[in-house]
Amino acid sequence: MNQREKEEYLREYAILKAQGKPFFPYIIVKDGVMMIVVIGTIMLMSLTLGGELTAKADATTTTYAPRPEWYYFWAFELLKVIKPPELVGLATVGIPTIAMILLFLLPFYDRNPERHPLRRPLATTAGIFVISAMALLSYLGAEAGAPSQVNIDPPASIAAASHEDQVRWEAGRRLTAQSGCGGCHKIGPNGNDGPGPPLTEIGDRLKEGAIRETMINPTLPMPSFRELGPEALDEMAFFLSTLKSSGAAEGGH
Amino acid sequence: MAKFKILPSPPAAVRPQPKRPDDPTVDDGFVDKAKDAGISAADWVDERTSLSGTVRWVMFRPIPKGTNWFYTLGTATMVAFINQVITGMVLAMYYEPSASRAYESMKYINNEVFLGEFVHGMHRWGSTVMVLLVFLHMARTFFFGAYKYPRELNWVIGVALLVLTLAMSVTGYLLPFDQRAYWASVVAMNIAGNAPFLGPFTPPAALGGPDVTAVTLSRFYIIHMMLIPGLIIGLISAHLYLVIKLGTTAPPWIRADKVSGDLKEHDA
Repeated sequence: MNQREKEEYLREYAILKAQGKPFFPYIIVKDGVMMIVVIGTIMLMSLTLGGELTAKADATTTTYAPRPEWYYFWAFELLKVIKPPELVGLATVGIPTIAMILLFLLPFYDRNPERHPLRRPLATTAGIFVISAMALLSYLGAEAGAPSQVNIDPPASIAAASHEDQVRWEAGRRLTAQSGCGGCHKIGPNGNDGPGPPLTEIGDRLKEGAIRETMINPTLPMPSFRELGPEALDEMAFFLSTLKSSGAAEGGH
Repeated sequence: MAKFKILPSPPAAVRPQPKRPDDPTVDDGFVDKAKDAGISAADWVDERTSLSGTVRWVMFRPIPKGTNWFYTLGTATMVAFINQVITGMVLAMYYEPSASRAYESMKYINNEVFLGEFVHGMHRWGSTVMVLLVFLHMARTFFFGAYKYPRELNWVIGVALLVLTLAMSVTGYLLPFDQRAYWASVVAMNIAGNAPFLGPFTPPAALGGPDVTAVTLSRFYIIHMMLIPGLIIGLISAHLYLVIKLGTTAPPWIRADKVSGDLKEHDA
């Protein structure tokens, strides 16, 4: 804005102010109503949603999959969308930092003297784009099944199999969920898509023995699951080997 | 010659109308004496502080025409912050920031303290409401072009307040020291550790060691209780001062009516 534009604005603003109303009592009424609405909303949320606690913090558990507050879901989702490991730093810290710097400096690079949103199409479009992208990413982050669960129905082959096999399959499913595989692998509707490959149809690619071997001697950075013991590894490998493209890997549990 | 800026006077509807001494309805009853006592007390303070000028400057300042409900979002955000301060003080009366006692003291607040879970819930959900309102207030400022001349500095202060609000939510998340608190903090620190350049130094500096421990808890506690709230209160004061000094914008689609002659401040 040059000097003439600044003075023009100040003159216009002085007239608008002269044609306005005093803060007290005309405007303060609206603020008062808003105050009551805000406090009322918070009280209502507290009454309906409460202040529940989860179990006491335990540094030795490895199966707890934390969820961030909903207003960080977009960042959470961004992490999943950006796959290559060398770009993870950029996704988690780089993009938020750049966004913050851009926000801080906004009045210094946006030199357009116009204020009406329709007369600054670039700024308005950018604003709407950023808000929509954050809303979409937040929605995707909220929709994703918890990575500590595996919600898959038994495929037809298991449904028709012996009771013993069904019990083993169910045990394998629960172990897979509890062992945090979903932290890095997508399994049906659950889990994070990356950095590990999706396991939804792993049975097409690997046989039961190969899956078991991979869990004991994985390629880095996947950790070894040797300590789970042979029985648990058998059950998990059995469960994973049944996940095939022909099977019903969809649907809730 | 420089013109003196005259302080705005109260609108006619709320202007005091003292009775004249020769008014036959005047009686020196108890109510009048109490009124006089109040007035002379206020006068005593005003004589020593000149506060009445400030009060007039703040309360009777003209607000541009066209001001609508969008302009209450700033007040709403501040109310949410005040809610956090008050409920936070109540929680701090019972909370113990030690790794062994934090969770138990939160349980005590929830289960034993009168209205404890209600206050805890108000603090927990108040933070969500505050973050949401900060975003809405910011979106309003952005789309109305209200960050432009002469309000650039106030926008910068506002963004700093956004960063501090998010820092409050991160440090506060750990305090109940339950599973969610612990593991969310571990993940947050892993993410921070990924940052280029500063990454490797962030977790040790923030956590007081490689892991989330008792040291981390007392660190986050003092940051959450004193450091950031102090900064937020200071910046909100500066933010409000600038809002009152520069005035709130009118919606960008409002145009001033043509006026002729000398422009006067409102005087209804």
